[in-house]
Amino acid sequence: MTINYLGSISADDLPATFTKFFLEPVSVGFPSPANDYLESPIDLNKYLIKNNVATFLIRVSGESMINANIGDQAILIVDRSLKPKHGSIVVASLDGEFVCKRLQLRPRLCLLPENPAYEPIYVQHGQDLDIMGTVTAAINKFE
Amino acid sequence: MTLLALVDCDNFYASCERVFRPDLRKKPIVVLSNNDGCVIARSKEAKAMGIKMGVPWFQIKRAYLAQGGEAFSSNFALYGDLSSRVMHVLAGMVNNIEVYSIDEAFLDLQHMQTSSHAYEFGIYCRNIVRQWVGIPVRIGIAPTKTLAKIASHIAKQRAGGTGVLCLNEQHHIERALKNLSVHEIWGVGRNLSRRLNALNIYSGYELMQSDTRFIRDKFSVVLERTVRELRSEQCLQIHRNTEPKKQIIVSRSFGKKIVDLEQMRPLVSNFAVRASEKLRNEGQKCLQVSVLIFTSPFNNQAQYRGFHTIQFPSPVSDTRDILAGAQTALSNCFKRGYSYAKAGVILNQFSKHSITQGLLFNEIDQCIHVKQDDKLMQYIDSMNEKQAQIYYASQSPGHLLPITKSMTSPRYTTNWLDLPTAN
Repeated sequence: MTINYLGSISADDLPATFTKFFLEPVSVGFPSPANDYLESPIDLNKYLIKNNVATFLIRVSGESMINANIGDQAILIVDRSLKPKHGSIVVASLDGEFVCKRLQLRPRLCLLPENPAYEPIYVQHGQDLDIMGTVTAAINKFE
Repeated sequence: MTLLALVDCDNFYASCERVFRPDLRKKPIVVLSNNDGCVIARSKEAKAMGIKMGVPWFQIKRAYLAQGGEAFSSNFALYGDLSSRVMHVLAGMVNNIEVYSIDEAFLDLQHMQTSSHAYEFGIYCRNIVRQWVGIPVRIGIAPTKTLAKIASHIAKQRAGGTGVLCLNEQHHIERALKNLSVHEIWGVGRNLSRRLNALNIYSGYELMQSDTRFIRDKFSVVLERTVRELRSEQCLQIHRNTEPKKQIIVSRSFGKKIVDLEQMRPLVSNFAVRASEKLRNEGQKCLQVSVLIFTSPFNNQAQYRGFHTIQFPSPVSDTRDILAGAQTALSNCFKRGYSYAKAGVILNQFSKHSITQGLLFNEIDQCIHVKQDDKLMQYIDSMNEKQAQIYYASQSPGHLLPITKSMTSPRYTTNWLDLPTAN
């Protein structure tokens, strides 16, 4: 009975460690104790970008958003698929130029800088404003 | 009921130029071919100015710019990236998609129950592509590919419409076909339409009404299929894009005219090197290399088109083999006394990695002694990917791009140095 049982055993029936031991070619030297715990390295793309087909990178010029931790030359991650809300940081095109500001919808439509040296931009009737997308992160490089 | 949709990007290259240039929103835009030779794309506003497709740039340049038009050299890095984004958005919305060209795709709408459901999906699809990527599209929905093409064509002509048109009801289809001349139908060219006109078939409706057997006997099975498709019989399926390429062409116009063989050689080498890289990228090998050379059709000097093909004894993808073949082909078709404006290298007769035949004869073929070395090529490709450009001796690095592109927009999405800026 025991022999019959062993004879019909297949690799799939073996416990995982057994399978590894018997079916993988054995190389000379000590196996790394970390082998069974291998994970893929941390991926910044995955962390920063949720929807890659709708995400664009834009470089900041100037310090108007410095208090939101967005410095001059920072790289913005802009997701066009996220609907901008009151208080979102957005990239918008205003009269044919891209600006990065905080979006204020209430009490009136306004693009707010995050730097007291800059004036809020109240969007006038007849001005061309297009919200390109929501800024989900900014990368400031120090060196 | 089965429906499918054709999604077609509006004036694609011109629309791409606008994505990161909001100041160009209402301006006329034209995009020029490599070397700024002629107009290959126009925005709606440029079309309204009467700029024709394919017109040589030098003919319209002065008047067009004076009227405030914007012109761009083609920026395929940008167009390619935006195209792939559009296609990925679409692919996420349906089970089956066929990318038909850089700016068109067929979508399978099998799961749509009614045409109003399909129409609403079309609107949704259009809004999402517009919002996510910034590219405007129009969508034709119909029971067959041929009718979907017609629907998208009509959607384009309807200024101020939703950009989505569903052509499903029989009486709508018939009315559309009555207003359509045969040459506007997908797959019916000028030549075919002239022959159809001679048989008193002028409109799409008249073609649809024609006897299928008559069409097959008089013309071809292909045209018979078109007739059936006009009758809402699905003959052309949606193909997933898995078919490998069957040909690779690298060709360019030159910035200045080339008159002698010694000037031409390094340019042809550049094309051959690029073509070989593309071939390996596809995981293919080829049995044929051809070289094409042209004089310019836009001057009054003597015209000549040269063409020669070299057959390899076994499939190759080694740049050295393709270079040798291309240079031999060039020697065979080059004629003195002409000034050449354009050349190209074409690779044909692909086969997957394996030596299929002729091993025995390699040694005695005096003409092309095949060097094929996969390892070496892999190594060189990986070096070149890391920007360490390795050149072949017959190339001319100085002329690597014999292109004068004076008006190319930045590569906004593919190059760190070219990112758009916001204040």
